[in-house]
Amino acid sequence: MSAAPAGPVAGPAETVDDVVAGLAGADYLADEGLATAVLLALRLQRPLFLEGDAGVGKTEVAKALSAWTGGRLVRLQCYEGIDASQALYEWDHARQLLHLRAAEAAGRASAAGVEVLEDELYAERFLVRRPLLQALDGAGDRTAPPVLLIDEIDRADDEFEAFLLELLSDWAVSIPELGTVRADVPPVTVLTSNRTRDVHDALKRRCLYHWIDQPDVDREAAIVRLRAPEVPAGLARDVALAAAEVRSLGLYKPPGIAETIDWARALNTLGHERLDPSAAGTTLGSLVKYREDEQRLRDHGVDQLVRHAAGDDA
Amino acid sequence: MASISWYATLRVTMPDVQEAVAPDGPPERVVVGLVSRVRREGVPVPLGAAVEYGRALAALGSTRPLALYWAGRATLVRRPDDIAPFDRAFAAFFGAEAAPAAVAVPVRVELQVDAADGDEPGDAPEGDDDREPEEVRALRWSATEVLRHKDLAACSADELDEAHRLMADLRVHAALRRSRRHRPTRRRRGRPDLRRTVRRALRTGGEVVRPAATEPSERPRRLVLLLDVSGSMEPYARALARFAHAAVAARRRGQVEVFALGTRVTRISHQLATHDPDEALRRAADAVADWAGGTRLGDGLRRFNDRWGVRGLGRGAVVVVLSDGWDRGDPAVLGTELARLRRVAHRLVWVNPLKASPGYAPLAQGMAAALPHVDEFLEGHSVASLEALAEVVAR
Repeated sequence: MSAAPAGPVAGPAETVDDVVAGLAGADYLADEGLATAVLLALRLQRPLFLEGDAGVGKTEVAKALSAWTGGRLVRLQCYEGIDASQALYEWDHARQLLHLRAAEAAGRASAAGVEVLEDELYAERFLVRRPLLQALDGAGDRTAPPVLLIDEIDRADDEFEAFLLELLSDWAVSIPELGTVRADVPPVTVLTSNRTRDVHDALKRRCLYHWIDQPDVDREAAIVRLRAPEVPAGLARDVALAAAEVRSLGLYKPPGIAETIDWARALNTLGHERLDPSAAGTTLGSLVKYREDEQRLRDHGVDQLVRHAAGDDA
Repeated sequence: MASISWYATLRVTMPDVQEAVAPDGPPERVVVGLVSRVRREGVPVPLGAAVEYGRALAALGSTRPLALYWAGRATLVRRPDDIAPFDRAFAAFFGAEAAPAAVAVPVRVELQVDAADGDEPGDAPEGDDDREPEEVRALRWSATEVLRHKDLAACSADELDEAHRLMADLRVHAALRRSRRHRPTRRRRGRPDLRRTVRRALRTGGEVVRPAATEPSERPRRLVLLLDVSGSMEPYARALARFAHAAVAARRRGQVEVFALGTRVTRISHQLATHDPDEALRRAADAVADWAGGTRLGDGLRRFNDRWGVRGLGRGAVVVVLSDGWDRGDPAVLGTELARLRRVAHRLVWVNPLKASPGYAPLAQGMAAALPHVDEFLEGHSVASLEALAEVVAR
């Protein structure tokens, strides 16, 4: 299966550096570890299982992959109680009923017989394709296979995991009324988890695994500049330094990269070129989202954060 | 041996892999050698993962140390807790300088299980006192009935064995909550079930005679047990661990989570999931590095909240803390963390074995700080009181 001339995706990505460059072109700065995992996922055609703190950029990986490879992004957001009819396919029952009424009105219902009628009802035109089926359907008019993002798998329940297991190993599903749908080229698949619970080992075993760490200061400053180009370099670096300091304070909810970017944007919008205590004090709400955390920051001293940032810069 | 680390220490600095020297020879040798090292560090590596590592190396086509390292991380590691052991194995195999371990190596502590070799010496006189009045009443009660109400700390080794047998029959059922999943119902009211309606209509030649409906189903709430394993809880810890085992064994995977609270927090749900209680307790004891050590309840709860509880595990769950409330840390921290846990949990139950002693007042500072945040305050000193706990949990 992997011996077949792999999809067009495998073309450009020959080395880890290709992946780093490709993702950077899609505004995502990956480190070597993540890039290796992505490269392997592409080359070995395996799903990539990403874990890490909230806001560290797990979902963004899939979006960047889609932008880079040109594959359509198909996103499945998991939640408790999700089942096959929301993830895979469903019949358009309302239209089916209408069809039945129409057949009856035309006087065909009794003439045609139940079996013919049933065949009509379970034809492709009444099929509602949910994300997983869309991903199996292939590239469509694009050249690259779709990028399937299964987001926050830890929110779904055990039954759904078991269901995914089958899909992720065979890349095929059977629809009783229609037959088996099989992917010609498996979609590039990214699963993310916030680790609110442990996902079953059997599912992880089918995947490559990568734990995404918080970035170091340089990388974070670069990410801020990439995502919010209007923010001046000095401010981006101040913000990244202060964020690193904030993360070391042991808050309930340490800020993720998304919060850092928000904070930098907020400061920039208010016209600050550098981080100063009063500016930091008035915008803390975009960095930390718990009252207790904000209190802890104020107790620690907002000017402390700023001094940390300024001191390092000097 | 399971190693324990908590969130902050997950960010173990990578070993200095630039120094690593790949041994000469065919790539299979690298794969097999590294995999056996990793397994020796206690990380289970299925054969499939080893094969995958080989394929990964072939796909990368590079023997640079960093490539070897990250390919291994992607294929051989499945949990953040396994990263540190993997790093050690990698360093050992490739001769790189290992980063100083962020986690102290857990000290192995044997937990005495049922086949206890003797009675605890300390409780002899107290035990005698207790025995007298109860045996008078025992004229009308069966021996089992006496034992059910006897303080576990005062039991002899034989009595403990018997008590454990009694507890093996304990069934811990779950409280129910409304699920988002719907199920078919015979009732007419509820959300219309078009799928079934269409199917039925086919039977009657396309005429909808009776519309079908669905109603929300019910799911068991998650049960989270936080077991204090500090020295002061020693007389009860084994029995309470058995209670935890009974709960885990009776329910489906993931519905009961058990954590040991001591000077650190250890998740022991997996270890307790073995059917045989003795084996389960032995595994749990192997995993808990600080059995019968000190307590820092507030800190422990905080770690639990940060890493598991507030992130999702405690949400909507019935959370039971089994502890005597002796805390060497700051009681204010305990209060704050309990309040935080209660804000996400469905119900917070505190079980204190000492509550049963006559004249008990919650003098332990930790207990006093905890009480305002607790929905139910129960005793847990005897088999009967644990049965009562099982009932409370099912409500």
